[in-house]
Amino acid sequence: MSEPRLDVRKTYKLYIGGGFVRSESGRCLPARNPSGRLLDNFCQASRKDLRDAVAAARGAGEGWAKRSPYLRGQILYRAAEMLENRASAMTEEIARSTGVAAAQARAEVNLAIDRLVYFAGWTDKFTQVFGAVNPVASSHFNFTIPEPTGVVAVLAPDEPSLLALVSLAAPVILTGNSAVVIASERFPLPALSLAEIVATSDLPGGVINILAGKRGELLAHIADHLDINAVVNAVAGAEQALQSGTAINLKRYAARNLSAEEWFTDAGQDPYWIGDTVEYKTVWHPIGL
Amino acid sequence: MKTKIKPAEVSAKRPVAVLEPVAAPRKPKAVVPVKERRLRFGAEWEYAPAPETVPAKIEARYELFIDGKFVGPHSGKYFDSINPATEEKLCEIAHGDAEDVDRAVKAARRAFEGVWGKMSGRDRGKYLYRVARLVQEKSRELAVLETMDGGKPIKESRDFDLPMVAAHFFYHGGWADKLAYAFPGKTPRALGVAGQIIPWNFPLLMAAWKIAPALACGNTVVLKPSRTTSVSALHLARIFQEAGVPDGVVNIVTGTAETGAAIYHHADVNKIAFTGSTEVGKIIARACAGTGKRLTLELGGKAANIVLEDAPLDQAVEGVVCGIYFNQGHVCCAGSRLFVQEGVYATVIKKLRDRIQTLRLGNPLDKNTDVGAINSGWQLEKIRELVQSGQEEGAEIEQTQCALPARGYWYPPTFLTNVTMSNRVAREEIFGPVLSVMTFRTPEEALERANNTPYGLSAGVWTDKGSKIFKMAGKLRAGVVWANSYNKFDPASPFGGYKESGFGREGGAQGLSAYVDLS
Amino acid sequence: MNATLSYPVRPGSIREAVPTVDQVTIEERAADFTKRSIKTSAKLAGLKMVVSMIDLTTLEGKDTPGRIAYLCRKALRPIEAKYEVPSCGAVCVYPNMVRYARRFLGDNSPVRVASVATGFPSGQYPLRTKLEETRRATGDGADEIDMVMDRGAFLAGDHGRVSDEIGAIKGACGEAHLKVILETGELVTYDNVRLASQLAMEAGADFIKTSTGKVQPAATLPVTLVMLEAIRDYFFATGVRIGMKPAGGIRTAKQSLAYLVMVKETLGDDWLTPELFRIGASTLLNDVLMQIVKTVEGNYQSADYFSLS
Repeated sequence: MSEPRLDVRKTYKLYIGGGFVRSESGRCLPARNPSGRLLDNFCQASRKDLRDAVAAARGAGEGWAKRSPYLRGQILYRAAEMLENRASAMTEEIARSTGVAAAQARAEVNLAIDRLVYFAGWTDKFTQVFGAVNPVASSHFNFTIPEPTGVVAVLAPDEPSLLALVSLAAPVILTGNSAVVIASERFPLPALSLAEIVATSDLPGGVINILAGKRGELLAHIADHLDINAVVNAVAGAEQALQSGTAINLKRYAARNLSAEEWFTDAGQDPYWIGDTVEYKTVWHPIGL
Repeated sequence: MKTKIKPAEVSAKRPVAVLEPVAAPRKPKAVVPVKERRLRFGAEWEYAPAPETVPAKIEARYELFIDGKFVGPHSGKYFDSINPATEEKLCEIAHGDAEDVDRAVKAARRAFEGVWGKMSGRDRGKYLYRVARLVQEKSRELAVLETMDGGKPIKESRDFDLPMVAAHFFYHGGWADKLAYAFPGKTPRALGVAGQIIPWNFPLLMAAWKIAPALACGNTVVLKPSRTTSVSALHLARIFQEAGVPDGVVNIVTGTAETGAAIYHHADVNKIAFTGSTEVGKIIARACAGTGKRLTLELGGKAANIVLEDAPLDQAVEGVVCGIYFNQGHVCCAGSRLFVQEGVYATVIKKLRDRIQTLRLGNPLDKNTDVGAINSGWQLEKIRELVQSGQEEGAEIEQTQCALPARGYWYPPTFLTNVTMSNRVAREEIFGPVLSVMTFRTPEEALERANNTPYGLSAGVWTDKGSKIFKMAGKLRAGVVWANSYNKFDPASPFGGYKESGFGREGGAQGLSAYVDLS
Repeated sequence: MNATLSYPVRPGSIREAVPTVDQVTIEERAADFTKRSIKTSAKLAGLKMVVSMIDLTTLEGKDTPGRIAYLCRKALRPIEAKYEVPSCGAVCVYPNMVRYARRFLGDNSPVRVASVATGFPSGQYPLRTKLEETRRATGDGADEIDMVMDRGAFLAGDHGRVSDEIGAIKGACGEAHLKVILETGELVTYDNVRLASQLAMEAGADFIKTSTGKVQPAATLPVTLVMLEAIRDYFFATGVRIGMKPAGGIRTAKQSLAYLVMVKETLGDDWLTPELFRIGASTLLNDVLMQIVKTVEGNYQSADYFSLS
């Protein structure tokens, strides 16, 4: 008679600067499924982890923005390849975390993959759609180009924990921004697993950073952090706290008020979201001999 | 030994220390007399042969690709394809006729109505992404095939053609589900079946330029590669099979000019796209007149490459060299007329003369080869005839001094000076590694001369002054203007000509409009 | 055809007489040279040529006579005789170490003694002490002086001072040949590098050199190409052949061969000699030796089998 195999339990870590780290505060939280059963422990991000993540994002931003749009597109496509390859594991992760049926979980994973492919195709096109050569009256060549705003804080909603995060982060980073994502508070494990897929997708470290823990602890520090350029918020109820703080350095603020179901529709795949985290630069140059 | 340093009068500009010489000065440097000031590009440290080692499988015989399968030609006939660097036979290619074209168009129509025309943009895009990835994976082999079939150096097919092929599929894969954003206010629909006829200078890349946007917009395709370069397109067909692209979405009918004619005469083809000579372009335009077929043409050119006296000269010379000798000058947008501002003429010519001596001509499969074989005996004859006419009309010839291999079709990089605007070499497209050089005094004159041609595909401008770039770019009657650059391509950048260089654009958002119905 | 060059020279500063450089195109051209595939006999010949052009360098505060001894012996005999590898072109050391180098190498060595001087690496010192350094170094036996250009003066637009200083140091060199280090990493733009090259050559440099190796970036292919193009134009204008030395950042045999290709295809065979081309390096030597042995023996080598310098 063989004994049941003893499994090796996983602690889910934060993803900062391309590496997996424990919180500097040493704290962990238990992840529980809807009926309260303990799943695994995950590291609880502190404001110092947030600080480190922002520093990593800032450091990675310049190199990422300098990559060609084609290369950024290929990297996002690669992330889709990696997620496709790990679809079963991710489906299992979502199902056990949230209690939804496997088919529903799989549908979420499939859509997340397709969203990555969708946004991968925008990297080398959004400039043509959102930029312009402007027909000014004087003898000047005048053009407007969108440029990444810099470091963007992204607040993902509780559900759908994977799909919403992907749909929020992709339009932010495809232009060359780097992101600090605060994962779903109720269902953080799929997000932290996504980090492992991001880490193997050729995305440079620091371009996406994923933190988990208690949103409430981190909100104020996000709001008044002077080195965050924009906030993309999909958490109902967080708006007040964020907006009063973001005025400190005039962060760009974008709200994504979608219901859990709406993330599964085309409303969750809107290329105009790209415009919320870019700056439009207009350049003049004389035309003449 | 002691020094006497006299601190100088401290001027407003800078203090100067005046010194006595302290040691016996070294012998003055050797000065080479003017007439002997030459750069010696000799045999010291010869590069050893460096042949590409990737094994590539060329089949003995290639069939047509219709409805997802490789099938024999209706006539049972095949023609030989040779390696222009060796004149050796590579393989046999199926000779498609009007029957085969009809079969292919029917397959394309079925595929359009049954599968592809109904498929979501998202899924069409995914197929194109798969194709892009497969091209990347098979890149080395495809590059070798392309070099053997067409004569271009492996360095070019490996580093330019193949990466660009993958990029085109990638780029257009991304448009498939985003077409509404390229046509605000419209609901773009596919046209149906596209008939596409491509040339021999960038065989696989031209196939990508045609197929990718057509498929992205929801059309199906019947493609005819050039007679002398069919192999890479047929290997691309295998990639479509491997990617699972549904049967009939892409069909490849190899053959000759008659095969192409069967395509553009076919009543059930909704759109024709042609890249090739202006002469054939006009024939096709007449054939399509009044038929309701949509048409785009990408034809010949005689581009002006203009070097102004304030250009970064060494880089301008690089740009001139790239402009005309890249791909042996078999480029529709080649910078085949060089206009040099008189003040820097002597300098530019000298640098050009030295630079072409370091171009290496020879076995296209050698990784150090810069200039490969001329694509066919017929093209070689045309080049020779035109250069001779140039010399007869008074031009002086300068060439790379190099040995030409005994077998194969070869022409060394050449430039002709003392050319005037009426010479045939200044007016007719040579489509070879031959540059015609003329001068000008002012930018206005350069513009006038550059525009004085029925062609209008491309042009180059070399100057350090920004405003001049924009002014000249604005006035050049050419579809592509390269400022301080030449022969730059990107799937996101629209490409196409003015005037008799054709109409329609390929690449970028503008390139999609050829493949959609906006009514 | 008339071989003299003509630029549209207007009266005024030297800048108008020197062409500008397009960054994108020159970087593309430089990258082309790395695509040359140098194999078998060409590789062996090229690598041996590289060794003969290496200025084997040690420039550390902690250099001692013992360290110099190792360096000199390695430069003289990099590897056992059976591989028929020439000596290095030179050793490159700080002024205080020159006499030890001279002692170990003797007076008639195939390996030259090059000394950095003039307040290396920053150059932020009075001219008086720079001259003194130069004289002492040559007095101690240096065959070559590698001086640093005054970047502060250059970037402040005081080109006259830069020239005068180079001329003065040249005077103090006596029989020694003078390399002028431009410190391209601090000049930043290729336009500046082209201009500085011209200034240095006109002021008396025998060689122009990219870097001290103490600042990043040090030598790169495109920056070297800019300097080679300046040398080329200067040769046509004056008939004088100036040498070139990239230094710092060249660590692998493959990189060094790309530099040789670039020299050959830009200036031609006449510059493929240690008299006109050197590479300032330290770790490069063993990588080149490993590649030489691999080419001869056929198997991949290990650092354990190659003596430290």
